[in-house]
Amino acid sequence: MARTTDAHRRRAGRVGRRVALYAVLIGLSLLFLLPYYIILRNALSTRAQITGFQWVWFPSHPDWSNLADLLHASSPVLRAMLNSAVIATVQTVAQLAVAATAGYGLARIGYRHANKVFLLLLGTLMVPSAVTFVPTFAVVAALGWINTLLGIIMPGVFSVFTMFIFRQAFLDFPRDLEEAGRLDGLGPWGVFLRVVLPNSVGVTVALGTISFIWSWNGFLWPLVVGQDESTWTIQVALSTFLNSYNLNLPGLFAASLLSVLPVMLLFLVLQRHIAQGVKMSGLKG
Amino acid sequence: MTETGQRVRRRRTARTFWSFVAPMALGVTIFVLTPIVWGLTLSFSSAQTTIRPTRFVGLANYLQILSDPAFRHSLVLVVVFALLIVPGTLALSLCLALLVNATPWGKGIFRTIFFIPTACSYVVASAVWRMSLFNGLPTGLANRVAGWFGQDPVAWIGQLDPPLYWFVLVTVRLWLQVGFYMIIFTAGLQEIPQELYEAARIDRVRNVFQELRYITLPLLRNTTISVAVVCLIGAFQAFDEFYNILGSAGGGAQGNLSLAMPPLVYLYSIAFRGQNYGLGSAGGFVLTIVIVVFTLVQGKLLGLNRGQNN
Repeated sequence: MARTTDAHRRRAGRVGRRVALYAVLIGLSLLFLLPYYIILRNALSTRAQITGFQWVWFPSHPDWSNLADLLHASSPVLRAMLNSAVIATVQTVAQLAVAATAGYGLARIGYRHANKVFLLLLGTLMVPSAVTFVPTFAVVAALGWINTLLGIIMPGVFSVFTMFIFRQAFLDFPRDLEEAGRLDGLGPWGVFLRVVLPNSVGVTVALGTISFIWSWNGFLWPLVVGQDESTWTIQVALSTFLNSYNLNLPGLFAASLLSVLPVMLLFLVLQRHIAQGVKMSGLKG
Repeated sequence: MTETGQRVRRRRTARTFWSFVAPMALGVTIFVLTPIVWGLTLSFSSAQTTIRPTRFVGLANYLQILSDPAFRHSLVLVVVFALLIVPGTLALSLCLALLVNATPWGKGIFRTIFFIPTACSYVVASAVWRMSLFNGLPTGLANRVAGWFGQDPVAWIGQLDPPLYWFVLVTVRLWLQVGFYMIIFTAGLQEIPQELYEAARIDRVRNVFQELRYITLPLLRNTTISVAVVCLIGAFQAFDEFYNILGSAGGGAQGNLSLAMPPLVYLYSIAFRGQNYGLGSAGGFVLTIVIVVFTLVQGKLLGLNRGQNN
């Protein structure tokens, strides 16, 4: 008898603990989703509904005109979105290409000084990039790339960190596969392009999505180099609207919603890869 | 093999190596090494309204920026910011990882919900925090909630005393990055062998807190250190949320930014608004030194714990 009450109590304790756990998790989830809900609500509300004294949870007649106003040919928001798409895509692809080839060279080509070159490159990670943004601006200005997309893209292409991750991945690559490629008459580049890369899709997608999101969301560098409206990224455009004298509140949130959508889609589709990429980035120091 | 054969082969290997590594080496030389050298040169030169060093001035830029109360204040501010952000992020992201790990079902959904702020930019989050959540008007969400409990609305951002803007600035960064670090902690948790917990149960480690104290936390030390380092360096380079939450029309260091200006915003304003690139570069190197010192101190602190526990 005593034993059953004991078991009962233990089970009740476990159930109670689970209820508490889920209560905490659901509460936190609502808190974490709140900002996204605010973006959506504000984007579909009128100014009066957003700032009205009566709190409106969700407009009964969503105001799609905020979004529609952004979607015309001469819209600065669309222009900025396009700039961001070009910058993030080119930067990501170029970064992967440069980092993967260098990573492979360092991992597999038995050059005498490979280690010295590797350590020299790795040493540059010691200097925080945002701290050198003034002299990097000087270099980009000397190249005549101020107010060009190229100026925004190029300094972000050469990521020693991405190279480092690729090198680690290639060090673990099965040598037998490479050997088989060599027996088929492939040179080092052939082995790299036809054997190693096709079998390294996981790490490439992981690093690529992370890089794309960081590039899309980046703010300081595009603000410094792309001051002209024609080179605004979506983040610079949003910041300019946010800090303008005659702020269009629903318009700001409609544009925010538009800017978040592509990344959100990418995020939900590739979440597993992104998580993988984050785990690898966790090594960064 | 003959000597010349060896040399020919060696040269061929070198050529192959550089065909792979040259683009990266060239890019790093132009966009990383050159800026570092150029920045050092600028910092010892007079370079106003020009990106070319015009005259060697020795340590003048360094002395000027170190004697500038605004810059010193910005360094103090960012240290306080880091002291709030780093422990806050470590505690919250570890808690989330442990909570999600402990759930019997729904792990994936909760993990996605906490991770999804990673997709948001600082600019968009700043807009939400500034315009809706912590709007100083009675209609801002935080003020509305406070109103339900009979509190008067407060200016979250626009006043020095009490400095409520700290709450706004800290929460926005926590929301944006906690899920990211949760994923790293989750990876760390999955590497802890399950047998350890079973063995500990035999050794009368019964409740969750003892497990945490004797197994989970010690085995997560390496993860914790790397998270702390990345998080610290990130906090010292804070720019986006300060610029966008405290900024004002016209940009630069006006408006509420005078309340709390981190070093990067300050350097941005002297370099790009004041066009003094020499002074801006000197400030950049001072900040680098501060970051390196704090990273080392933090490593020392986290490393010292190791000595005590073993």
